[in-house]
Amino acid sequence: MLRDAALIAGKDLRVELRSQVTTQQVAPFAILVLILFGVALDPDRGILSRASSGLFWVAVLFCALLAIQRAFTIEAADGGRDALRLSGLDPAGIFLGKAGAIAVQLVALEVVLAIGVVVMYGVEVTGVPLLVATCGAATAGLAAAGTLYGVLAAGLRVRETLLPILLLPVLAPVLIGATKSFEAALGGVAADGWPWCGLLVAFALAYLAIGTLAFGTLMEET
Amino acid sequence: MTAPYAAGSTSSGTTRILGWLSLAGLALLLAYALVWSPADRAQRDAVRLMYVHVPSAIVAFTACAITTLAAAMWLRRRSEGWWVLGGASAEVGLLFTAMTLLTGSIWGRPTWGTYWDWDPRITSTSLLFVMLVGYLALRRIDNETGDAAQRGSRGAIVGLLLFPNVVVVHYSVDWWRSLHQTATITRLDPTIEGTMLFTLVLGIAVFGLVFAWLLVHRFRVGWLEERIDHSGLDEALVERRAEAGVGAAVGDGGTV
Repeated sequence: MLRDAALIAGKDLRVELRSQVTTQQVAPFAILVLILFGVALDPDRGILSRASSGLFWVAVLFCALLAIQRAFTIEAADGGRDALRLSGLDPAGIFLGKAGAIAVQLVALEVVLAIGVVVMYGVEVTGVPLLVATCGAATAGLAAAGTLYGVLAAGLRVRETLLPILLLPVLAPVLIGATKSFEAALGGVAADGWPWCGLLVAFALAYLAIGTLAFGTLMEET
Repeated sequence: MTAPYAAGSTSSGTTRILGWLSLAGLALLLAYALVWSPADRAQRDAVRLMYVHVPSAIVAFTACAITTLAAAMWLRRRSEGWWVLGGASAEVGLLFTAMTLLTGSIWGRPTWGTYWDWDPRITSTSLLFVMLVGYLALRRIDNETGDAAQRGSRGAIVGLLLFPNVVVVHYSVDWWRSLHQTATITRLDPTIEGTMLFTLVLGIAVFGLVFAWLLVHRFRVGWLEERIDHSGLDEALVERRAEAGVGAAVGDGGTV
């Protein structure tokens, strides 16, 4: 299973590395979102730096949607999905591989966004261990739930519009947990953030478990 | 497969009784809520909305649980009934969720001074609303794929995750807002007693009846829709067979 996961993750990341879509389109989009928030919320630094945790995670959610759509579009052409189904790879491995590749891209995007937030919103970075743990747990949750709902919407005519409405309400706990945890790390009391980090870990584990179990059935459907 | 009700209708003896009971119950509830129950000391007449609001919310969440149960059963058994029930329950649930949000908003204006407050319940109910909309959107796509036997599991998987997600969202939102204020119901509870409590319980019972009534009818409409799809297929088969029969008679001795 893990070998299959590594194969799939390697394949997806190679595709991204060669097509450069994440670096040339999604990452600039992430920065664009930060700029738009700045414009919308009046570049009065008070508001932006106070709201930076939430804005950061909203930007991550938007980027995650793009990355998830992308992860399933690359297989839409040339019967890639059928090939994947016929490959004999463990469906659980495929799920973990795709989620892993999405997670790696999200982490890269989070680094870009973090730099953007620090530079543009004037945020002082404190509580680094909590920040890193939150990013890890939230990213795992986003990638796992995203992959599960992504495959549900894959191959449909309305996938671009359907995925956000299916996925975003489900990700509300991740947004809440990650934002609260970041607020605690950046200027709050770090100890307040760890329970939220726990919520994120639980969410990620639940969706990893569901995805590992259900992905086989879902692959047959799409 | 025959239905216990006439073709083209979704009513039967049981649903007619259920319907009359619902209507009578609603009339009684109106009388209690608007006339016989006293106004609240703090909320004054706005409290009367609670007799609709709280039952709607309870029914909405119950509908959600039924949808999840139906999805699970459909995934196991693949029987059409569970499929239809999941959709019927989600649709009726969506109606009650909308009503919960609407009555809550109207109640909030005089009581809190604002239509929308970031109360945990409002937030999680609005998310529930969107989740139900998403589930129904996905089901429509599954429905297009044909009859129950080859129907996709996408909708059912989302349905299966619906209630757990609602619970997770609810508690995380609750936790999120608990730093700011306590939940609404605990603020209401200590003051509620006597006629008011009775009216609330009556409201819950009546809304339960209305929900059951609507659900049964929606289920039967869904069931009839499935029958139409099937009969369309059957008729087409009969026609093709007839054509094939005619063709065979005409082309007697020819190549088949």
